[in-house]
Amino acid sequence: MAALEDEFTLSSGVLSAGPDGLLGVEQSNKTDQFLVTDRGRTVVLYKVSDQKPLGSWSVKQGQLITCSAVCNFQTGEYVVVHDNKVLRIWNNEDVNLDKVFKATLSAEVHKIHSVRGTEPVLLFKEGAVRGLEALLAEPQQEIEAVLSDGEVIRWTKLFMVFRHPVLIFITEKHGNYFVYVHMVNSHTLSKYTLLRGQEEKSVIQSFTASVDRKFISVMSLSSDGCVYETLIPVYPTDPEENQRVVSSLLLRAVVSGSAPSGVALTVLDRDHVAVLGSPLSASKECLSVWNIKFQTLQTSKELPQGTSGQLWYYGENLLMLHGQSLTVIPYKCEVSSLAGALGKLKHSHDPGIQVMPPFVNWEASQGDGLGSQHAEQPRRILRRRKIEVSSQPAVPPSKQLLTTIMKDSEKHIEMELRKFLAVKTPDFHAIVGDLVTGLLGRCQVEPSFCPRNCLVQLIQTHVLSYSLCPGLMEMAVKKTDVQLLQLCLQRFPDIPESVTCACLKIFLSIGDDSLHQAEIDMESVFDYGDSVQGDNVAAPVDVLQNGFSPEGDTCLSCCQEVPAKPQDAAAATPTCPVTPQRAALLNAILHSGYSEAFLLPHLKDIPAQHITILDWICLLLDANFTVVVMIPEAKRLLISLYKFVKSQISVYSELNKIEVSFRELQKLNQEKNNRGLYSIEVLELF
Amino acid sequence: MRARAHVGPGRREARAWSGERGAAGMGEFKVHRVRFFNYVPSGIRCVAYNNQSNRLAVSRTDGTVEIYNLSANYFQEKFFPGHESRATEALCWTEGQRLFSAGLNGEIVEYDLQALNVKYAMDAFGGPIWSMTASPSGSQLLVGCEDGSVKLFQITPDKIQFERNFDRQKSRILSLSWHPSGTHIAAGSIDYISVFDVKSGSAIHKMIVDRQYMGVSKRKCIVWGVAFLSDGTVISVDSAGKVQFWDSATGTLVKSHPIANADVLSIAVADQEDSFVVGTAEGTVFHFQLVSVTSNSSEKQWVRTKPFQHHTHDVRTVAHSPTALISGGTDTHLVIRPLMEKVEVKNYDAALRKITFPHRCLISCSKKRQLLLFQFAHHLELWRLGSTVATGKNGDILPLSKNADHLLHLKTKGPENIICSCISSCGSWIAYSTASRFFLYRLNYEHDNISLKRVSKMPAFLRSALQILFSEDSKKLFVASNQGSLHVIQLLEGSFKHLHAFQPQSGTVEAMCLLAVSPDGNWLAASGTSAGVHVYNVKQLKLHCTVPAYNFPVTALAIAPNTNNLVIAHSDQQVFEYSIPDKQYTEWSRAVQKQGFHHLWLQRDTPITHIGFHSKRPMHILLHDAYMFCIIDKSLPLPNDKTLLYNPLPPTSESDVVRRRTAHAFKISKIYKPLLFMELLDEGTLVAVERPLDDIIAQLPPPIKKKKFGT
Repeated sequence: MAALEDEFTLSSGVLSAGPDGLLGVEQSNKTDQFLVTDRGRTVVLYKVSDQKPLGSWSVKQGQLITCSAVCNFQTGEYVVVHDNKVLRIWNNEDVNLDKVFKATLSAEVHKIHSVRGTEPVLLFKEGAVRGLEALLAEPQQEIEAVLSDGEVIRWTKLFMVFRHPVLIFITEKHGNYFVYVHMVNSHTLSKYTLLRGQEEKSVIQSFTASVDRKFISVMSLSSDGCVYETLIPVYPTDPEENQRVVSSLLLRAVVSGSAPSGVALTVLDRDHVAVLGSPLSASKECLSVWNIKFQTLQTSKELPQGTSGQLWYYGENLLMLHGQSLTVIPYKCEVSSLAGALGKLKHSHDPGIQVMPPFVNWEASQGDGLGSQHAEQPRRILRRRKIEVSSQPAVPPSKQLLTTIMKDSEKHIEMELRKFLAVKTPDFHAIVGDLVTGLLGRCQVEPSFCPRNCLVQLIQTHVLSYSLCPGLMEMAVKKTDVQLLQLCLQRFPDIPESVTCACLKIFLSIGDDSLHQAEIDMESVFDYGDSVQGDNVAAPVDVLQNGFSPEGDTCLSCCQEVPAKPQDAAAATPTCPVTPQRAALLNAILHSGYSEAFLLPHLKDIPAQHITILDWICLLLDANFTVVVMIPEAKRLLISLYKFVKSQISVYSELNKIEVSFRELQKLNQEKNNRGLYSIEVLELF
Repeated sequence: MRARAHVGPGRREARAWSGERGAAGMGEFKVHRVRFFNYVPSGIRCVAYNNQSNRLAVSRTDGTVEIYNLSANYFQEKFFPGHESRATEALCWTEGQRLFSAGLNGEIVEYDLQALNVKYAMDAFGGPIWSMTASPSGSQLLVGCEDGSVKLFQITPDKIQFERNFDRQKSRILSLSWHPSGTHIAAGSIDYISVFDVKSGSAIHKMIVDRQYMGVSKRKCIVWGVAFLSDGTVISVDSAGKVQFWDSATGTLVKSHPIANADVLSIAVADQEDSFVVGTAEGTVFHFQLVSVTSNSSEKQWVRTKPFQHHTHDVRTVAHSPTALISGGTDTHLVIRPLMEKVEVKNYDAALRKITFPHRCLISCSKKRQLLLFQFAHHLELWRLGSTVATGKNGDILPLSKNADHLLHLKTKGPENIICSCISSCGSWIAYSTASRFFLYRLNYEHDNISLKRVSKMPAFLRSALQILFSEDSKKLFVASNQGSLHVIQLLEGSFKHLHAFQPQSGTVEAMCLLAVSPDGNWLAASGTSAGVHVYNVKQLKLHCTVPAYNFPVTALAIAPNTNNLVIAHSDQQVFEYSIPDKQYTEWSRAVQKQGFHHLWLQRDTPITHIGFHSKRPMHILLHDAYMFCIIDKSLPLPNDKTLLYNPLPPTSESDVVRRRTAHAFKISKIYKPLLFMELLDEGTLVAVERPLDDIIAQLPPPIKKKKFGT
């Protein structure tokens, strides 16, 4: 699962990050170290794990660095260009940049590229390309002009393709974009005109590219907020000819097109891209990770102090300017399992990170795959939600409230609590924990005291966890307060399995009458009610059986289109053996963190039919089927899998019946053949 | 056309009843099909495999110990009779191929594999013994007792000697395993496994076994088996259905495989430690193998590779030979499952073997009175066959004019199992023997009444017999004692006279297990456990000749009437005919050896346990194993590999010429099975004793119910 970890800043004292941000961040020859070049005179070498600079070099007053410094991986030296033409090469021991090797070139340098496995490559503003060694041998050599007048380099990158450096750069002239692919060793240059579809009017704001064996995939983030992809062959079929390449839509509306600040795009791995920008024109900037394959937002992190619209990605670190400081956000993409995605999904209560439920809304993304209007819907909603969370109330001192809790009436406490929750305080977590402990303490002393509403309110703050108030669930278990238990199951990320088990026992054993009276959150079975009355019978039963259905509107009701056929509906008609209330409670269990081995024995109290499906889910969990569940194409597969399992179950039950019948037949047969214990027979041997 | 079609069957019928039976047909028999032999084999408790001799020792719940020779077509070549108090819980081989057992009576027993008796029994003084294992060098024995003690015994050339106790544990020691280096042992108890240092005898680790299984907590977790590997890993199997791997150096659990909903009862590891096998109470045997994590990595892990369901009941014990998994349990079958990847030649040896019945005869028959004597562990039953006057055609069941009668139920005294028994041809004598007593009875028949009188004052040397045989005229009794001597006893009305004892060849104490006497009473053939059949002249009371030794043990022996040809069947399914007067193999036998037996004949997997003749049919030899019987007609050509050996269907409208051409000497029938005994009562009458497996299963406790199909 792709995830952004906690950010940290690198001390930025020496850097002078202007409004345009930095000139560049480049890798050093040690994985943990980066060369950061500002737009003024300074180059700083940072060690990320120590969060501090290891060295800093500046050019003289009056000089200006024009290309970000790079590391020559073959020698370990650093290379920088100042004042467009002056090349400086130094190493860690050097102190003063003024005293290091210097070469003045005959043309202006656009950028120095350096990647592992090759010498640094210089790209001149006129489009010429030179290796560093060749240039140092004859610094004043003539540099040819490749680009036409008015053609400006917008973006450039160096790749190693089969150990050969390939430089790609994109130029712009009068709103037209051209892609150049320069094979550095063979000096072959291919030029492509980038043809753009309807998005022609928009301006490309950021590029990124990745390479596989045959193609360079250039992704661009346009001012319409969409990401486009262009495939450019590494080896041109005919280098002489000016060829055209077409861009296609990859992700729709990942950032707001009209956002004031800059946006940036970078490829993280085969399936993920990181986008820096504002999701809505009004909102703050965010760093978001999108899954290209699933068309889903994987995670995002708000950057309220704004960025320079620049984003670098090296190793596992995303680097950007957040406000005035250079910020590192580690990015991890671990191979996920369905167990992680379903059984152990926990609600993150860190307001900085909004973890997307890893469910695809199949209904929405079905059919027209790439970023249709339907697909956009849920994301928007989620973003809005996140904003709600982040703008949640917070408040002042609380000692008073605690004393209120110890003395006053329930009504009064409730009122005070409401007031308190309306505003947010700095250490909100701890205070809420204290309040619950206080309430529970009084409950124990005073059996008649039952501050249920207060507890519900406190649980709903999303900041409580089991470990903060272990007594809460115990009390709820004691009182068989299923509503409170359901709330806790939904909200607490760290419930021990024994408690989950106790909840399950209660949910299974509690009488239907008491369930009817309890106010149970029925969201997880929201369409159950319809089905009981209406014709849409199969869907809710399926949802329930699967235990998949996450709460709310991202429901994975994979079979909702199934009941269109009347015979299917008929086949699935056997109504659910548990009441909607109980189903909602069971779903709460299924959504909390648990291990199957622990819970399954208790689930035996549910009819065998459902246990089988649970077993099947466990099999799925074990087999790491996440991918299958995630990709939109899998919807059909899953439906047919589900149908298959169902038919398999009926086949098995029929087989068992047949086996019994056969056994009976065999008995009959034996009786027929049974000649008793003794007989005299005639045998003829031939 | 029509006329001829009618002629065919008519002619056949006419011939069948005229007595002039053509060469092609063997003719018709009336078969007494007996299913009232209510024999139930005892469940298997232990198996122990000996790599040097490729022999397998099997102990049963009644205390019987059997030795199977895996090199000789899995023939059960020796057995030690059971004993009521000697319930064997553990069985092991030590250096020099000595065999020990230990059991709930608290005794360690050593068996004499030559004389086929118990060498000695020694009390370990620790209460019932639950486990026993020999040290890797084979020079020490370790037993685990009820009182929680682990006792070390030194094996001396003729006995064992108690050496010392290890640290006593809280509860009984159910399983033991020695580290291959001999420095440490693992002991499975209730709820925990202890690791002992052999030198100091103190427990260095105690590894607690989780009682829970699938969230359900059991009252106790019994460690049924442990195995100590060279790398220090201890593998345990327990009553909670788990196979667990422990690190004995740190005393920590490394890995746990829940494999069954019921107890995992047994474990055996291959010598190479690359594979092991466990047996469960659900009748399943699981094979675990050490396989590479990825195709070319050196990192290996234990993976459950194959489940085998050859048993219906508890698999109490398993063994791992280099090429096969061996398992046995309550359902009484011994199953030998060759590992296909370890079998070099994919021949019939690679097939699964399931051994259910003993490879010896438990039934004897009095031809004259049509009586059957059934031998059980602790009693004998005498039955008289019924009769019919009806006739019929092939396959008909004839109406009985008289049903079979249960005449006699003779219970043994004492705790010992019966080793062998015999009824004389005239039906007047019954003899049987246990490990320490020999019994001879005289029977009198007066109309329907039968009276039994024990012949008392048996001589002291007739204490224990391995085989008993009466001469055809019931005047002589031949007894093979376990000291290797053969006694010839003359029977008189109500008494006896010891005529002679043939002493074993000097220097050997090999016991004789099979006897055959010629119908004229002149010749006695005897065969021991290893090759070599001796023929004695009974008139002159001296050794006549010794049949040349053959590599495979003898499974059955008989002397033909008139010709005095000795027919010998071996465990490799070879049959020889040896002329006693000429002291050489007969022409027919040479011809058979020259051409070779039919490949299907050689591929049968149960030994021939009985050979019979009838004096009026000198050319015919009756042989049977558990799944077929065959009458060899020596006058017919031998079948070659292209011939159809067994044709279950009667010939239809073939002409006589065709039938004569395709007819061969081996007339086989597989109608009666499992066949425990078959004999020619007279020229046209056979008796067949069957023991259907279903009848045995019906007498076993019900197995753990398991749904066959999923869910």
